[in-house]
Amino acid sequence: MSRIQHILPSGLILAVGIWVAWISFTREPAGAFLFPRLISAAFVALAAWTFGKAVLGKSRVGTGLSAELVRNLLPGLIVAGIYIFWAAQALGFYTATTITFFVLLSLYDPAPHGQPSTWVKRAIITAGYMAVMYGLFALLLKAYTPREILF
Amino acid sequence: MEFIYYFGDVFAPMSFMLLLIGTVGGLILGATPGLSPTMAVALLIPFTFQLEAAQGLILLGAAYTSTVAGGAVSAILLKIPGAPANIATTLDGHEMARRGKGARALQLSFLASAVGGVIGVLLLIFLTPVLSQWALAFGPSHLFWLAILGVTIIGSLESRSVVKGLLSGCIGMWLATIGFDDIMGAQRFIFHPALGGGVNIIAALIGIFAIPQVLNMFAKGRNDPNVEVIHVQKSPLREAVVELFSKSRALVIGTVTGSFIGLIPGVGGQIAGLVAYDQSRKMSSTPEKFGTGHSEGVIAAEAANNAMVGPSLVPLLTLSIPGSPTAAVLLGGLLIHGIFPGSDLFDNYPDVAWTFINSMLVGQILMCIFGLYVAGLAARVAQVPQSVMAAIVLGLAVYGSYSVQSSMGDVYVMASLGIMMFFLEKFGYSAAPLVLGLILGPIAEANFIQGTMIADAGDGRMGYFFTGTLNIVLIAIVVLSVAYSAFMELRARRQMQQTEALA
Repeated sequence: MSRIQHILPSGLILAVGIWVAWISFTREPAGAFLFPRLISAAFVALAAWTFGKAVLGKSRVGTGLSAELVRNLLPGLIVAGIYIFWAAQALGFYTATTITFFVLLSLYDPAPHGQPSTWVKRAIITAGYMAVMYGLFALLLKAYTPREILF
Repeated sequence: MEFIYYFGDVFAPMSFMLLLIGTVGGLILGATPGLSPTMAVALLIPFTFQLEAAQGLILLGAAYTSTVAGGAVSAILLKIPGAPANIATTLDGHEMARRGKGARALQLSFLASAVGGVIGVLLLIFLTPVLSQWALAFGPSHLFWLAILGVTIIGSLESRSVVKGLLSGCIGMWLATIGFDDIMGAQRFIFHPALGGGVNIIAALIGIFAIPQVLNMFAKGRNDPNVEVIHVQKSPLREAVVELFSKSRALVIGTVTGSFIGLIPGVGGQIAGLVAYDQSRKMSSTPEKFGTGHSEGVIAAEAANNAMVGPSLVPLLTLSIPGSPTAAVLLGGLLIHGIFPGSDLFDNYPDVAWTFINSMLVGQILMCIFGLYVAGLAARVAQVPQSVMAAIVLGLAVYGSYSVQSSMGDVYVMASLGIMMFFLEKFGYSAAPLVLGLILGPIAEANFIQGTMIADAGDGRMGYFFTGTLNIVLIAIVVLSVAYSAFMELRARRQMQQTEALA
């Protein structure tokens, strides 16, 4: 794991710590920020220590991010992000979950994409999962879920 | 012996059905690599909203107990520990399975888990009321230090870097301050409308424990795990029982080690299993057989990791300080029903507290019975592709966090914290102290403010928070736990440098 991989996250955490401390020590009423002041002082001290170690190249803990990990992760992260931050609300929970489940299954299923039978299998698994989800949440638990355009 | 009065409640139809569902479901979830007991319990919390408090806790407690035991199935049959607590089980359990003794290894693991688990829960039953009475002596300053102790001890013992562990705890405590201040109503750190009501604890727990596991599954890519499941032949149960008690030394070592380690906040089942395995090997008359499919290794490891389950709840139920991430999740399950554990839990809610504890006792027996029959099914579920598992957990995480308050804001908080935790873990920060900080932050703050008011009217803050025997003892434990962990970290680093230099 390279030094820059230690420096960037620890720098970011230090920046957050400084922001927390700045707000804690400048905002009023002071009484409401008494505890945050205590926490932010420790936060900044520990974050500065971690950042200093990272800059000096003495940070060793953590596996970091490899190019392969990022390559593997990115498609799933993007799909999950679209699902959570847009689709679940805009399309409705069950519709969005069905689409996301099928897309994620297709992206990460090790079975070959060239065979029609694997697509049928994925569609059946998706349908089975959604039937269980809908039966459990909507019919049995009668739980309210976002239902915008579709269901 | 008050607990006996509430035994009947466990066998009420609904409660017993939930106990069965939690046990069987937990065994299957526990056998699934990548699904930790903590995550399983966190994902189950939303399902308890419509249940009574005791029933909800029965479901969560059963799932906790049996996920730990269920992890042994994949450890033995697939050589993949279902949870970190089952790492030691893999060493001899899988070797036994390879030699055609898979059924015997499973029988021994469930029997040892049940014996260890029952002893652990009995310890919980008899220690908790005693410690609850003792906890009545705690004032605001002590509770403040106790909350700090909960975060620092987990931050220092559970992390590979003491500083990063403590920093994770600080981040958790800061997250807990987001929202409106309880006393003055001032806005604090609300940088997004979704945070107006603060960070919802259930959504945060689901995000922090479930989303990193989903992302870790994505990070493995489209690789076919190509796991070979060892099929088991039938084996007489009576012989397994005889073998278990003929290896009573391993059973006793596992149970005692697990029970003791469970009482120490921050030291989890993984440590219990490995320490018991190591101690059992050292004290065995045949230490050379360990690692080659020796049943004593399985017995010691499984007795230990289930014996720690009961005692790990003692600090939670007596002092409201969760000693482990799973205990923290259980605390979340209590809080949503308006129950705050602590010294008065057994006075105010004896039915809830004792029914929950008794259900864990009955759950150990059910886990043993069902474990022996569900193992085959659990091993097949453990082979479910990671892609399917990731998509299932993602859907459940979204549903679970939304259902808390029917708010998409909670879903955004869940996802943001989960993604943040995934990256933080890659750089050496731990989830456990962050969660403990998030849960104990409000307890620490409330007692700090209350203590400050008392101190300002009396001896002054230094005198109130830093004097008195109990304050000094608690501060000393905080300092010692951090110092010990720092010393161990430095020693490990020096050893690594020496090894590198020699190489």
